[in-house]
Amino acid sequence: MKKLSILFTAALLAGTAFSASARAGDELTVVSWGGSYSESQRKAFYEPYNAAGNKITEAEYNGEVAKIKAMVEANAITWDVIDVDTATALQGCAEGALETIDWAKLGLDRANFIGADLMECAVPNIVYGTVFGYDTSKLAEGPTSINDFFDLAKFPGKRGVQKNPTVNLEWALIADGVDAKDVYTVLATPEGVDRAFKKLDTIKSEIIFWEAGAQAPQLLADGQVVMTSGWNGRLQTAIDADKKPFKIVWDHQGLDWDWWAITKGTPKIEEAYRFVAFASQPAPMADQTNYIAYGPANRDAIPNVNPATLPNLPTAPDNLKTAFNVDPQFWADHGDELKERFNAWLAK
Amino acid sequence: MTDDVMRTADGTPLKIKLRQAERREVTRAFLLIAPLFLFIVISFLIPIVVMLKNAFYDPDIVNNLPQTTELLRQWDGKALPGEEVFAAFAADLKTASKARTVALVGKRLNYEIPTLKSKVTVTARKLDKIETGPWTEAVIAADPIWKDVFTWAVVKRAGSAVTPYYLLSALDLRQGADGGIERTPEERRIYLQVLGRTLGISAMVTLLTLILGYPVAFMLATLPQRTASILMIFVLLPFWTSLLVRTTAWTILLQDGGVVAQFLHITGITWISNVLGFMSGEPQLFKTRFATVLAMTHIQLPFTLLPIYSVMKTISPTYMRAAKSLGATPFHAFRTVYVPQTMPGVAAGCLLTFILCLGYFITPALVGGGSDNMIAGFIDTAMNNEGNWGKSSALGFVLLTATLILYYVYNRLIGIDKMKLG
Repeated sequence: MKKLSILFTAALLAGTAFSASARAGDELTVVSWGGSYSESQRKAFYEPYNAAGNKITEAEYNGEVAKIKAMVEANAITWDVIDVDTATALQGCAEGALETIDWAKLGLDRANFIGADLMECAVPNIVYGTVFGYDTSKLAEGPTSINDFFDLAKFPGKRGVQKNPTVNLEWALIADGVDAKDVYTVLATPEGVDRAFKKLDTIKSEIIFWEAGAQAPQLLADGQVVMTSGWNGRLQTAIDADKKPFKIVWDHQGLDWDWWAITKGTPKIEEAYRFVAFASQPAPMADQTNYIAYGPANRDAIPNVNPATLPNLPTAPDNLKTAFNVDPQFWADHGDELKERFNAWLAK
Repeated sequence: MTDDVMRTADGTPLKIKLRQAERREVTRAFLLIAPLFLFIVISFLIPIVVMLKNAFYDPDIVNNLPQTTELLRQWDGKALPGEEVFAAFAADLKTASKARTVALVGKRLNYEIPTLKSKVTVTARKLDKIETGPWTEAVIAADPIWKDVFTWAVVKRAGSAVTPYYLLSALDLRQGADGGIERTPEERRIYLQVLGRTLGISAMVTLLTLILGYPVAFMLATLPQRTASILMIFVLLPFWTSLLVRTTAWTILLQDGGVVAQFLHITGITWISNVLGFMSGEPQLFKTRFATVLAMTHIQLPFTLLPIYSVMKTISPTYMRAAKSLGATPFHAFRTVYVPQTMPGVAAGCLLTFILCLGYFITPALVGGGSDNMIAGFIDTAMNNEGNWGKSSALGFVLLTATLILYYVYNRLIGIDKMKLG
C-alpha cells in the first residue's frame, strides 16, 4: 500500500513537472467530417502539430450545428476547433455559437484567402466541388453531363444522392434546362422550387441517400449505385488510394468551402487560434492536397501543390468550365424551408 | 403504572413503540428505493417535463423583441400597427443586433413565413445605420414585407411564449391568417403519415415476432431441460449482440449482389419469379420496407419470445393431460386450455415489442428507404440538423401521447394486471 502511494506521488510529481516544462504543449479537440477528409487533415495538420509537442484530440460529426449550439448554451464546451461547411458556419455565426474571427490575432492576410470576406466567424480552409462519379468497369460509355444523372432511360440504375437539398435542387433545375447562372433566381420562387422537386421526382425511385461523405464512394464501390454524387476529394481518394475504377464528371460541379471555426466561449481560445493559424499556412495546406484533392483556400499554397495533383483539384481551369458557386446567401435565406420541404419529399 | 395500557419493558406504551417500529420500516423501505427513485426522476421524469415544455414554450420572440410584443398585445390586428410599434421594433432589433440574437428572431418567424429569416437580418442591418425616425417608413423601406398586416399578426402570435405552433406543425396543421387552424400545404404534410407508418411497422413487427416466437417458445418450454438450454443459446446469442451489429449484418446480407440476392439468383428463384411475373429483374431487397420489417423482426424476436416462454414454463402439463383424458382432441386441448394460459405472456411480449418498435430509428435508417423512416428519425433530424428543438419536442410529445393512448386501449381490452413476464 505504501509502495503504491509512493508510486502515485511520484507519478503526480512527474506529471506536474511535465506539464510545467511543456508550457507550449497545447491540448485541444478538433472536430471534422471523418473518412478520407479527416485522414488528410490528420497527415497534413494534426501530425506535424502534435510532433511540435501539442496534443490534438480528434472528433467527428456530420455538420450538426445543434450539437455546437447545445455545447455553447450549456457552457460545456468539448469541441474547440470545428471544420464547418458554409451552412453550418453561417448558422453557427448568426446564432452566436461560433467566435468572430480576429484576423490580426491569426497573423494572416485575409485577402489571401479565397472567400474569406464572405464569413465573419470562420477561416476558409479548402474549396471543394460537389460532383458525381461512376464506375468505369460497370459503365464503359459513362455519363458526361448532369443531364445524364437525371436520365434513367439512357443510364438505368440506382443513383447515390446526398440527403440534403443543397446542390441537388440546383442540379435538378440545370438538368431541367435552367441556365446555371439563373439557378438561384429560379430557386427563390415557389414555382422554381416545385420545378426542382418535380425533376427530382423523376429519379426518386432510383435514389439511395447518403449522409456521411465516406458513404458516397462506398455505395459506388459496393455496386449499390451506378453513379453517385459526392465530394470530389472523397471520390478522388477512392481512385488514387483505393485504386477504384471510378471517373469523376465535373459538369456543373457545385463549388463550396469548408472552414475552420472556433466554438464560442471555448476556454482554449488561445490554443484554438494557434492551431487555426498553423493549419492555414501555405506549406501544410499544400501538403493536404497530397492526401485529398481539395483546393487550398490560401492562394499562397497553390504554387507549392504537386503539379500532378493540380488537374484533380476543383479549382483546375478545365474543371471550372461549367462550375457554379453554391450561394451561401441563398442557402442562409432559404435553407430552413428547403430542408424541411426536402425531408417531407424524401419521406413520401 | 396502574392503567390498562400495555407497555414495553422500558415503560413506553406498546402502541407508540409499535408505531415507531413501523415508521422505521417505512423509512428503510423508502431509503432502499431512493436510488432508483432519484434515478428515474433525474433521467426520465425531468427530461420528459423539459421536452413537454419545449413543445409548447418558446420565449425567443418575447425575450428578443420585448417592447414590440408588449405593444402588439393591444393591437387589434386589422390595420397596420402604429408608429410606436415600429419604433419599438426598431429599438428591439438594435438591441438584438448588439446581442447577436437577431438570427433567433428570424429563425422563429421563418417557420411561419419563409424568407423572413433573411429579411429580419437585412432589416436589422439597415436599421443599425438609422438613428432617428419616423420608424414606420424606415422599417418598410428596409423590406416591404413589414407593410403586410399578416407579418405583424405572425409577430404578435409568435410573441406569446406559450405557443401551439410546434404541436400543430407536428400534426400537419398551422394557424392561418385569421388565426383559425388549417392543414399545412399538401407538399409539406408529412408527420401524420410518418406517425401512421411508425404504428403500422411496429404492429407488423409485433405480429411477425408473435407468429415466429410462439411455436419456438412452446418448443423450448416443453423440450427436456438439457436440450432446451442448448436451444436457448440460439435465442439469447442474438439478444446479447448489439443492435447496430445486427443491423449492419442485415445490410451486408440484403444489399444488391449480396448474399441473399446471390442465393436467390443461384438457386434459380430469381429466374422462376421473373418468368412467373412476381418480379422483374434482380430482387430489390436493400433500402426497402421489407428489409426494415425483416431486420426489426429479427431484433425484436427475443423480446416477444422470452416473456411467452417464461409463462409457458409455469404451466403445468397436467392441465393438458386432464383435458385430453376428458376427451379433447390435442388441438382442442391446446386451443382452449393451453393458449389462454399463455395469454399473460403473449400480452407482455407483444406490448414490450410494440413499444420498443415505436422508438426505432437506426435500423430503418440503415436498411430502409427514404419512405421507411420512422418518427424517431424525424425527431433526430429536427433536433440535430435543423436545430428546431420545439419541433422535435412536439414530435416526441405526439409519440408519447399516441403510446399512452394505445397503452390505455390495451389496458381496457386485455388488462395490464393480467400481464406477466414469467
